[in-house]
Amino acid sequence: MQRNIPDGPRPTDIYFFATCLVDLFCPEAGMDAIQILEREGIRVHFPENQTCCGQPAYTSGYADEARLVAAKQLDLFPEDWPVVVPSGSCAGMMFHHYPKLFAEDPVRKAQADALSGRVFELTEFLLKVLKVQFKDAGQPTKVTLHTSCSARREMGTHLHARELLGQLSGVEVLMQSHESECCGFGGTFSVRQPEISAAMAGDKADALKKTGAEVFLSADGGCLMNINGTLEKRRDSFRGQHLASFIWERTGKNNGGQA
Amino acid sequence: MTTQPLQFVPGSEFKRRAAKVVADPFLKKSFRGAMDFLMAKRAAQFPDPELLERQRTLAEHIRRYSLARMPQLLEQLEANLVKNGVKVHWAENSDEANAIILGICRQHDAKLMVKGKSMVSEEVELNHAMDAAGIDALESDMGEYIVQLAGEKPSHIIMPAIHKTKQDIAKLFAEKVPGVAYTEDVDALIQVGRDVLRKKFMDADIGLSGVNFAVAETGSLCLVENEGNGRMCTTVPDVHIAITGIEKVVEKLEHVVPLYGLLTRSATGQAITTYFNVITGPRREGEKDGPREMHLVLVDNGRSQAYADEQLRQTLQCIRCGACMNHCPVYTRIGGHAYGTTYPGPIGKIVSPHMMGLAATHVLPGASTLCGACGEVCPVKIPIPDLLIRLREEATHDAKPGHAPLVGQGAGKTTFASLAFKGFAFLYSRPALYRTFVWAATRFRFLTPGKQAGWTDSRTPLKPAAKSLRDLLAERENRGS
Ligand code: SF4
Repeated sequence: MQRNIPDGPRPTDIYFFATCLVDLFCPEAGMDAIQILEREGIRVHFPENQTCCGQPAYTSGYADEARLVAAKQLDLFPEDWPVVVPSGSCAGMMFHHYPKLFAEDPVRKAQADALSGRVFELTEFLLKVLKVQFKDAGQPTKVTLHTSCSARREMGTHLHARELLGQLSGVEVLMQSHESECCGFGGTFSVRQPEISAAMAGDKADALKKTGAEVFLSADGGCLMNINGTLEKRRDSFRGQHLASFIWERTGKNNGGQA
Repeated sequence: MTTQPLQFVPGSEFKRRAAKVVADPFLKKSFRGAMDFLMAKRAAQFPDPELLERQRTLAEHIRRYSLARMPQLLEQLEANLVKNGVKVHWAENSDEANAIILGICRQHDAKLMVKGKSMVSEEVELNHAMDAAGIDALESDMGEYIVQLAGEKPSHIIMPAIHKTKQDIAKLFAEKVPGVAYTEDVDALIQVGRDVLRKKFMDADIGLSGVNFAVAETGSLCLVENEGNGRMCTTVPDVHIAITGIEKVVEKLEHVVPLYGLLTRSATGQAITTYFNVITGPRREGEKDGPREMHLVLVDNGRSQAYADEQLRQTLQCIRCGACMNHCPVYTRIGGHAYGTTYPGPIGKIVSPHMMGLAATHVLPGASTLCGACGEVCPVKIPIPDLLIRLREEATHDAKPGHAPLVGQGAGKTTFASLAFKGFAFLYSRPALYRTFVWAATRFRFLTPGKQAGWTDSRTPLKPAAKSLRDLLAERENRGS
């Protein structure tokens, strides 16, 4: 499934919803995403009061608790600007599940519907809204891409990341076997069913590494923590990097990026 | 032949079984290989994603249309079946279904029943009931025959013996079938099964089959199969008993066609099966073959509970193609037996709670990453991940006011989890408190425990960054960039 994004004037301002994982566990990825957006001439607003999209409670069956948290996020974005999220699963939560979560509350439902229409996963926003054209400034390299399941199946953005990487002339994207298969994170699943989760994460790490890529990329903090944690435990030096950080570095940071 | 009845499978037992399979490299490779094969075969049948999407939408509509009219359609089905000379029975649960079938067997003083493939007969544990009554119930589908010989349960709804290798089967036949020597030649093995079964069809008093679609308008039962054993079971013995779930009813024959097309393509990657039987009553005057007596047992067994709720009703759209399990990364890792339910995999996780109650099954909806691969391939578009989330909620909460509780409602409730999520909501709905938390978590990151339950079994510990994103942004602000 891919969203239809109508052509419109290029936005000047956006809200950045970092997600709790990026805020606390991989802040550089958030910073790099913000810098890419700013380099494109966008004013990035970071609502101070943002916390978490509420997904951990929602997917665990605690809808009331998720609603409490989600309701707070609904109030963060008063202006009609796009909301950009550097994570497929949190974007999916806001795009896909918020309207359902507030189905019985007309006021909140209207807010959720309006928000759902302007939530974008980072790669989707860069490619489809800003229509960026990146210029590669790095040495030739080989990478492989792991797309989170929510990015793939809720946001339809797996092709966007691939297309963005395609703009980088020195970057060859290698395909891993079982490309569309889940890495086994699944939020609380990883601790409720650690054996199954470990088996899935192990297989994913193997498949990514087997491509011979120097690094694997993902636009989701959860998958990155899961697969990187698995590799590190194995004392394997192969690692994953957030797509935003990779792009920021490849395109010469502040110096370049514009075609 | 004895089979083990299904047992109550607590969460810890599920984990133990799953862990055992996960740790077995041989099983792992064989499941992965089998699922890869099935996925590739299915994919080859659907080269055009847009066409597939339209077909799925049509199939979804047909199933929803049928379910919306299910009570009337069932009445119509019964009336037309009776007109065609079929006796119709209604079973509220497994015991009733078994009692009805046993009653028919007794009327005919039956000693031997041959069975075509029927998952509903597995669900009600018919073989066990027949066994207890001294009636020999023999599976005639090759896969079912193998698991029955081994005293096991099917591990997949379409390919019951998918967990068995050629060598396993060779050994099993050599051990259990008199006069058969060990051979790994697949054709020879199939011939062994055929020879045994062929004789039994002639001797059987009763033929039992499942039903894929029950057509209300004509009173016909459609049966999809590849081996021809279904046709034998439903035509050779004098009495044919069909058993199925109440949700299988559709209004018209023309509704069957799109469903059938998707069923076989999704299940085994076949454009069409070798046999498609439309059974509209027993042998008529002047006909040379066919059973002299025919029965249909319509089983509820918890389906009404799913039916009563608009969202959970979608569970009943299922046409039992098995594609969700073929594409499930969890099923691929643990196989069908770990689930402890008749229906394994994603469909099992959403349907078993209605059949067996949440007390026995609440761990299953939780054992998913919600990756969505199942919903993506489901030919009738059941939103399986949404239903898993819904069942997680029902498993951990009392029924909402005004809603009838599900059987076993709230059975998965734990004080720890409800406190944890209360704490989560408390913290994450208070931005100032959350900021303090982030501040402390980054400053005191050296206190992060090195062992984090479940997580660190196979990963290094999660550790907050030295500076949060909001710290980094504040620093940048101060630097005036
Ligand atoms: S839930 Fe869908 S995919 Fe799974 S068996 Fe039923 S019809 Fe097939």
